[in-house]
Amino acid sequence: MEKVTAIETVLKRIEKGAVLMIGGFLGVGTPENLVDGLVEKGVKDLTIIGNDSAFTDKGIGKLVVNRQVKKLIVSHIGTNPETGRQMNAGEIEVELVPQGTLAERIRSGGAGLGGVLTPTGIGTVVENGKKKIEIEGKEYLLELPLRAEVALIKAYRADTKGNLVFKYSSRNFNPLMATAADYVVVEAEHLVPAGEIDPNEVMLPGIFVDAIVFSQTGDAAVKGGI
Amino acid sequence: MTSRELIAKRIARELKSGNLVNLGIGLPTLVANYIPEEAGIILHSENGFVGMGATPSPGLEDKDITNAGGQYVTVLPGGAFFDSAMSFAIIRGGHLDVTVLGALEVDENGNLANWMVPGKTVPGMGGAMDLTVGAKKVIIAMEHTAKDGSPKILKECRLPLTAKKEVDLIVSEMAVIEVTPDGLLLKETAPGLTVEDVMKATEAELKVDPMLREMDV
Repeated sequence: MEKVTAIETVLKRIEKGAVLMIGGFLGVGTPENLVDGLVEKGVKDLTIIGNDSAFTDKGIGKLVVNRQVKKLIVSHIGTNPETGRQMNAGEIEVELVPQGTLAERIRSGGAGLGGVLTPTGIGTVVENGKKKIEIEGKEYLLELPLRAEVALIKAYRADTKGNLVFKYSSRNFNPLMATAADYVVVEAEHLVPAGEIDPNEVMLPGIFVDAIVFSQTGDAAVKGGI
Repeated sequence: MTSRELIAKRIARELKSGNLVNLGIGLPTLVANYIPEEAGIILHSENGFVGMGATPSPGLEDKDITNAGGQYVTVLPGGAFFDSAMSFAIIRGGHLDVTVLGALEVDENGNLANWMVPGKTVPGMGGAMDLTVGAKKVIIAMEHTAKDGSPKILKECRLPLTAKKEVDLIVSEMAVIEVTPDGLLLKETAPGLTVEDVMKATEAELKVDPMLREMDV
């Protein structure tokens, strides 16, 4: 299957009201070209699962500023004042999730698990409405899996089979999200023929990836593909 | 030395060789300035690595190496990167020796509130709830009182909690206070301050350690 795809083709699949996962941590490791494409398309009422709403001019924050988001499921919104403003005005719904819980909820969604039990949030507002389960005398919260229709992730290197290598701290939520969505798009800075990435060094197996688009921030020499 | 520098310097003395340590955003980040390289302390960054190093020289920043506050940092030889699930497995799984976090309020029971002020500011908890629950030792780095002089070390937290009964040690510019099963124990006072000075600035009841001494910084 040919995975290298035009960004327009990918964007066509994302309709009003879609549930998306978008990788990145304060914008580091966010597929900015895909986000810019969504901003340009103007598709509205999105539910976005991500670590944070980044900044007004970076990452997921751009979609918030452009008023395309109905609901955010994130761990932090403090760096983007517009998210807080829209939340206080009742224009956007924000579900705040402890970061480690968010990671495990996404991992569960991609791993076929019915949820995870975590001690995080016990005795705080996070436990409201959730099932508490005692195991060997210790209380845990049952946190349910998260999945999305489309995951938009960022990688440093991809081969044509979709095997990925992430760079430094841009990895964060990207490989987890790739397991937990029906359609997974990677924005890659570099594209190489299959076989060129040592199988021992593949960080995410290509079987999770449906489409590869090029990152404008990548190496110009490989932009044209192979 | 400013209050914040004093707090950071004192906390650095709590860290032991071989400790894996996570420093929160803001005041806790300053602790790194007082950890000598030869101390053998490894810094964890919750966005996904261990072996975090200092701020890079201008021009040497890498867009893909930042701390959990989004600031450019470096990685030391022997460092390693991983995804967010692994990062929080380290935090929750008992692999993190110490977390240093800021506080809006702490109380006699070791409860911590540091993630929201209802109706005012709701930045979100980020990794703070997991760090507080998961780290073997939770050290709070905080200015002793609010800007208007009102106490922040309380009988009972009034703001929404980050975690219950997880705080082990409070370090302020006035004192070092240990959270014990019997309440708060005043262990050290800052140079020039009396026990009464500290008590006046604290709402919580403080027991005084018979071994009370001057903060050594």
